[in-house]
Amino acid sequence: MTPTPEARVPWDRWDAPAEDWMLSGDCLVGTERTLLLELAARILFPTVLVFSLYLLLVGHYGPGGGFSGGLVAGLAFVLRHIAGGRSEGPEIGARIKVRPPVLVGLGLGVAVVTALVPAAFGSPVLSSAKFAFDVPLLGHIEIVTSLALDIGVYLLIIGVVLDLLRSLGSGIERDAREAAAAENAGEAT
Amino acid sequence: MLLTLVVAHLALACALPAVAARSTRAAFGLAAVPPAVTLGWALAMAPQALGGQGVTQSIAWAPALHLHFHVRLDALALVMIVLVSGLGAVILAYSAFYFGRRSADAARTSALLVFFAGAMLGLVVADDLLTLYVFWELTSIASFLLVGQSGLHRANRRAAVQALLVTVFGGLSMLLGFVLVGESAGTYRISEIVAAPPTGGAVTAGIVLILLGALTKSAQAPFHPWLPAAMAAPTPVSGYLHAASMVKAGVFLVARLSPAFASSAEWWLPLVVLGLTTMLIGGWRALGATDLKRLLAFGTVSQLGFLMVLFAVGGRLAAVAGAALLLAHGLFKATLFLVVGTVDKVTGTRECGSLSGLGRAMPGLAAASVLAAASMAGIPPLLGFIAKEAAFEAFQLEGDARGWIVLAGLVVGSILTVAYSARFLWGAFATKPGVDVVAPKKASPGLVVPLWITSLAGLVLGLIAPLVAPLIEAYGNGLPSRDAEEAGYHLALWHGWNLALALSGVALLGGLLLHAGRRQVEALTRALHHPVSAQRGYELVVSGIERVAVLVTGRLQAGSLPFYLAAVLLMVLALPGVGLVAGWAWPADAPVVHQWMQIPLGIVVVVAALALVRAHRRFTAVLLVGAVGYGIGGLFIVDGAPDLALAQFLVETLAVVAFVFVLRRLPAHFTERRRPRRSVQIRKGILASVAGITVAVFGLVLSGARTAPTTASDEFVRLAPEAGATNVISAILVDFRALDTVGEITVLLVAAAGTASLVLATRYDRRRKSRVTRSGSGTPDHEKEVLG
Repeated sequence: MTPTPEARVPWDRWDAPAEDWMLSGDCLVGTERTLLLELAARILFPTVLVFSLYLLLVGHYGPGGGFSGGLVAGLAFVLRHIAGGRSEGPEIGARIKVRPPVLVGLGLGVAVVTALVPAAFGSPVLSSAKFAFDVPLLGHIEIVTSLALDIGVYLLIIGVVLDLLRSLGSGIERDAREAAAAENAGEAT
Repeated sequence: MLLTLVVAHLALACALPAVAARSTRAAFGLAAVPPAVTLGWALAMAPQALGGQGVTQSIAWAPALHLHFHVRLDALALVMIVLVSGLGAVILAYSAFYFGRRSADAARTSALLVFFAGAMLGLVVADDLLTLYVFWELTSIASFLLVGQSGLHRANRRAAVQALLVTVFGGLSMLLGFVLVGESAGTYRISEIVAAPPTGGAVTAGIVLILLGALTKSAQAPFHPWLPAAMAAPTPVSGYLHAASMVKAGVFLVARLSPAFASSAEWWLPLVVLGLTTMLIGGWRALGATDLKRLLAFGTVSQLGFLMVLFAVGGRLAAVAGAALLLAHGLFKATLFLVVGTVDKVTGTRECGSLSGLGRAMPGLAAASVLAAASMAGIPPLLGFIAKEAAFEAFQLEGDARGWIVLAGLVVGSILTVAYSARFLWGAFATKPGVDVVAPKKASPGLVVPLWITSLAGLVLGLIAPLVAPLIEAYGNGLPSRDAEEAGYHLALWHGWNLALALSGVALLGGLLLHAGRRQVEALTRALHHPVSAQRGYELVVSGIERVAVLVTGRLQAGSLPFYLAAVLLMVLALPGVGLVAGWAWPADAPVVHQWMQIPLGIVVVVAALALVRAHRRFTAVLLVGAVGYGIGGLFIVDGAPDLALAQFLVETLAVVAFVFVLRRLPAHFTERRRPRRSVQIRKGILASVAGITVAVFGLVLSGARTAPTTASDEFVRLAPEAGATNVISAILVDFRALDTVGEITVLLVAAAGTASLVLATRYDRRRKSRVTRSGSGTPDHEKEVLG
């Protein structure tokens, strides 16, 4: 398509994405950017997250559970990070501004609270109860309270993976960058 | 009700800092309420407590583990409550005027003092060894925090750490002793143990360990130096914890268990020997002290030794004397500490050498001190005299060698006691030639009234001794008497002209003579101050431990990854490996292959592992590790464990990604320049293969070593739908073994936090609301700080 005269785009910007649907945020170094990976991450990321939720919920009936679900979600973030997520921990998930330790602590908190709540009802710690009800369209649904424990595990695992990205991914990147900068500065003087 | 009172103390402690923020006086005033209520309640319950079984209460703590909070108010507990709660209320009221209105320490101190009062109350009424242990350690912690104060001063910190190390060391060995005794007796209820004392080798070991706890807590030689050091705390704190109540915990424990064990030599012999030694050392060191508070501290050490001896022998009269002395000591020592606090407050010093003419300036204070010091010295008609008379009488009636030796020791100790009592009065109030007369500030009534209460209580209790005798004697009445004379002895001011009275006279005269020659005595204490002192011993032990720690850490944390790995693998070979060989059991039905798919997968794993050993590039090695992991995941699928396989694949993927992240900062090859020596490689190879083979054999042997596998597994499968899961793995993870899961994710949290802090620690900059606070690491200043 030829650009109209009034909206003339410089020739070096012709292949720039026309719409803002690539990853938000800046890339570290322009040359390390691969369009293919970014596109794949853009398409896969939500899908994988939904799949991780599926794994979390299906855990009671088939292979899956909080641990696997959390790892799958974590891998989605890993993909995003490799494709060029911002370098700082809180922004790895683009719009998710949550620090990984908070997520880890939240996960453990949910798990511990789930463990202790039965004690308030006079049951032994960590016992579970089953609630069954009928929902139109979805039919008969059973929810077990131990699902909350699984959710805690899920959150904690995501947090651990994000923490890993923050420390081993961005942290080491920053080290490398600063080392290189120091070297350059040394050469300059 | 008893437990409610304990909890009320602890609950109030939580609320006090908020009150103290508005008014420190109100905080201390409020803090005095629970002890006062406790005292009133306990005295109201006295008839029940003294008669028969006492007032008991139990609350299940963890019934599944047979843990219960058992408490019991009996004669001994009642005497201790008078000290703990009665003196607690008085000293807390005094503290309201001792601490300034704007004192930064008041909020913390008031809360900790009432917390301590609650813990101490729990300790003295505990009727269960483990309950007692819990409160015992709570008092140690309270003492640590109260001595440490804000932690700003080096002296406070050192004293606090010393007190904590010594008492907690004793406390832990005491816990071991409790377990030994409790398991031998089949019960942890103190009343049941006392009713039917266990015997045997384990009990003897337990007794020695328990004594270690009692001796450290009550500052007996050679553990005593922590007590004078703890005088770094504010004076009311010292007066309450380190004179009236906490240091009596050891004596109290001995008194509690004496009825059960006093007949065995391993119980009374160390106690009597160390108690007498402590009494003499403490008295002697008090004669050399120039700081009034230190003088009192050494006096406390001495009196604690006295008490130890009285309770250790387990006779009726000795115990009666002990209970009386317990009460008398609490009253006179609290008074004297409060006097020191007031003197310190109005003159700004507590050095003997700087105080002069205070007796003329503050005659009221001096009079109260004279009453208390006279009680300490054992002068009629005060309570201290009655207690000392009974003590002399007890060992005189014993009549055997032990009795006479102890009696001689007690008389010498009493001479020293009289001497340092006189020294205290002289040091605080006398007009000394060559020293400027001090001009004290006016003391507010709040600083004087409380100490008059305790001082007069010592006098009144002495005068009406026969009336309060039932309360004091009740504990001793439960113990055996030698003869009718001992059984018929009752506390009173006058028992006629007898040996005990003569010995009291000897002690008084000797002590005054010693005081008259104080110049020479002081010089002698300085000359005799041997370099091999207990304090030096403590320092040597602590620095020795530190040196050993540095040595061990230096050897083990060599900074070499192969070394760490070798240490871990050698441990695996040494402990479980030996167990494996010892309990060798090859599974009978271990087929080599279940399914044909296992063969190619196995080959993949083995080939990848072998190739891994030969890899030179790190990146290749990482990929091969991934291949091994995926191969094992494949084996899981073949064996029908999809859950396990899923987790294995995901973890393997993540591990490879993490490796690759790290690889960016590592050299591409394992060895950049030179190959390692052949011998090193061979050694590493042997260790690795042996460890690997051991682990593999483990898997095989353990799978065949099941004793009751099917029933447990079947039960899991049967119950899984009930737990709301058709996937039995999930049911196990989140329901049957949910506690394991919580534990495992906690480990994950710790590991993640550890990794993050290792990588990010040097550059942790705080970011809050877009404001960045640089941690300052890496800056020239920081470098200078690090490099010294």
